[in-house]
Amino acid sequence: MSTHTVRTEPVEVPARLRQAQPERAVSAWWQAAPFTAVFAVFFLVPLALVVMVSFWNFNEYELIPGFTLRNYFNIFEGCSHLTDNGDLCVTLSTYLSTLKFCLLVWGITLLLGFAVAYFLAFHVRSPGVQTALFVLCTVPFWTSNVIRMISWVPLLGRNGLINQGLVGSGIASQPVEWLLFSDFSVVLAFVHLYTMFMIVPIFNSMMRIDRSLLEAASDSGASGWQTLWNVIIPLSKTGILIGSIFVITIVMGDFVTIGVMGGQQIASVGKIIQVQTSYLQFPLAAANAVLLLAVVLMIIWGLTRLVDIRKEL
Amino acid sequence: MSDDTPETQSGLQRRTVLTGMAGILATGMAPAIGQEKITLRYLGTAVNQDKAIAEKFEKDTGIKIQYVAVTTDDVTKRAVTAPNSFDLIDTEYFSLKKIVPTANLKGIDTKKIKNADKITTLFTKGEVAGKKVGDQGTAPKKVMYLEGEKSKKFSATPTQFMTLIPTVYNADTLGIRPDLIKRPINSWAELLNPEFKGKAAILNIPSIGIMDAAMVVEAKGLYKYPDKGNMTKAEIDLTIKTLIEAKKAGQFRALWKDFNESVNLMASGEVVIQSMWSPAVTAVRTKGIACNFQPLKEGYRAWAAGFGVPATLSGKKLDGAYEFINWFLDGWAGAYLNRQGYYSAVLDTAKARMEAYEWAYWMEGKPASQDIKSPNGDVLAKTGSVRDGGSYEQRMGGIACWNAIMDENEYMVRKWNEFVAA
Repeated sequence: MSTHTVRTEPVEVPARLRQAQPERAVSAWWQAAPFTAVFAVFFLVPLALVVMVSFWNFNEYELIPGFTLRNYFNIFEGCSHLTDNGDLCVTLSTYLSTLKFCLLVWGITLLLGFAVAYFLAFHVRSPGVQTALFVLCTVPFWTSNVIRMISWVPLLGRNGLINQGLVGSGIASQPVEWLLFSDFSVVLAFVHLYTMFMIVPIFNSMMRIDRSLLEAASDSGASGWQTLWNVIIPLSKTGILIGSIFVITIVMGDFVTIGVMGGQQIASVGKIIQVQTSYLQFPLAAANAVLLLAVVLMIIWGLTRLVDIRKEL
Repeated sequence: MSDDTPETQSGLQRRTVLTGMAGILATGMAPAIGQEKITLRYLGTAVNQDKAIAEKFEKDTGIKIQYVAVTTDDVTKRAVTAPNSFDLIDTEYFSLKKIVPTANLKGIDTKKIKNADKITTLFTKGEVAGKKVGDQGTAPKKVMYLEGEKSKKFSATPTQFMTLIPTVYNADTLGIRPDLIKRPINSWAELLNPEFKGKAAILNIPSIGIMDAAMVVEAKGLYKYPDKGNMTKAEIDLTIKTLIEAKKAGQFRALWKDFNESVNLMASGEVVIQSMWSPAVTAVRTKGIACNFQPLKEGYRAWAAGFGVPATLSGKKLDGAYEFINWFLDGWAGAYLNRQGYYSAVLDTAKARMEAYEWAYWMEGKPASQDIKSPNGDVLAKTGSVRDGGSYEQRMGGIACWNAIMDENEYMVRKWNEFVAA
């Protein structure tokens, strides 16, 4: 709004008003100041501190300011060869496992979220029902994260409901073990927790699609799939991208879900950082955090190459 | 610390910054304190923070206890980074190696502690009933005394200033589900026995978990450590390698990090054998599920916790902290904790507050002459049953090692992450 005014002024405004221009520019700065301040205090400064600390040294009980690359070398120590057990080094195998979850969860939540949003946006005609169903989607968010996760345990456990059903009905002779504390349960919990983050932005961009475009497609003889593929998906790209960014950043940094649902046996980058901070190895944790941030930023950068968010919004 | 001044200076700077942070934390956490009534912010793990103890203390003295419950690792972290965010700390002796060099704790003046000389010899001399017990790891006697009130150095011989006043302690071993295992278990080696594949669990607190793993390594006859509580890099490698092999073979159902997790794993039958804490076993039992705190021939891994006072505490709050410590050693709390399966630091005063049959069951290893109840009134043991591990002397006399912080702690944590990632 303010930039718009500033830009047009020199063209049409006479000299008398041109004097007022610096004043307006100042007021524009003031308007932007609160957000800039919040951004600086809660994001830029902490980030700068994390980067700074990642180059510090430390011992058992204190941080020692200075400049050392020790923490970064530490992260990649042993990565040039396999471990004695034939594994990749901790950092690589942790990132691989985290990326694996990221990809799986992203794919599943995208499919589910798109389907749900599609249904809400195009099949539900009445706005009242739409709102009601939308609120229904948020029901899982009425309880805390951890409680939602833990509620899976009595369901999936060795003596849980599902296993009782399977064994009781004779489908399985023994309880199925991989239901809980496994990759499966981790992905399940992630999907349960975060599909909503896909639904909302995709639904939002679908609602902005001009319905006459769909009619035009149909008039031109496009099949349902063709309309979906050539009209709806391209026009929902922004929503898909925003949802993807939500899901990917959450899964990359998560350690609680992977911890609880994976029985603490599955590595995640977030978990490593958490263990290091709890042992006062802040510089190491900071170096790990910087690396994680770089990886996540690269993923997001890649995604924004696919869709120009600013243009689409 | 004497060798380099720059380090001390930077430490100070850091502390000043952190003090500011702690101040912000503190104002957020402490509700308005009344004029005459004081509130003590008690930092510790959830296990030791019993509501009944705080209520009883407030009734007796009018001083309020506000529990700040965090995990074992976080207690240390708070003590080092935010020493002004609490008025009393309940931490384990092994953490002292990290906390004391920061000068965030002040020595507790034993002259102001009424029962100081009655504290069990296990702490002051490392003896139970006149016999030495295992002192591998961070045995309390090694870190019990400070050279002076404001010293950053431990004293090898008794002084007037104690680092922590012991509150509770115990000797840990494996917990098992006898109804699901159906045969006697008598060695730490059973934790990695393939017979329990997919049904075993180990503690995911690296510094404690690795001690349990070391007990297993020794029990399997793979290696004998000179000091399990202070391994060399090669010894850490060996221990973690053993764990990784077991994990790859599918031995573990889960790892656990806090008290409740271990209780849930055991109670739900997901796990039938795991390293466990005594009150967690009690908690499983009060659900009506059979669970043994199994004595093993290789002995126990002991731990001990105690109260410490932050260096900056002064005035009324400091008096309040001393009053609480004195009250705590005075018997009521000790008896309360003994009835949960812990041991109290001053045995005489606790004994005076327990029934004779309770003392006989909990401390002397005798069969219960009537039903044994927990402090909340749940039946823990029926008439005629005997406590796992027998008497105090048998159990505490069987200590093989103590929870510890190793010199190679950083390397150990890194290798532990490798185990989790494997």
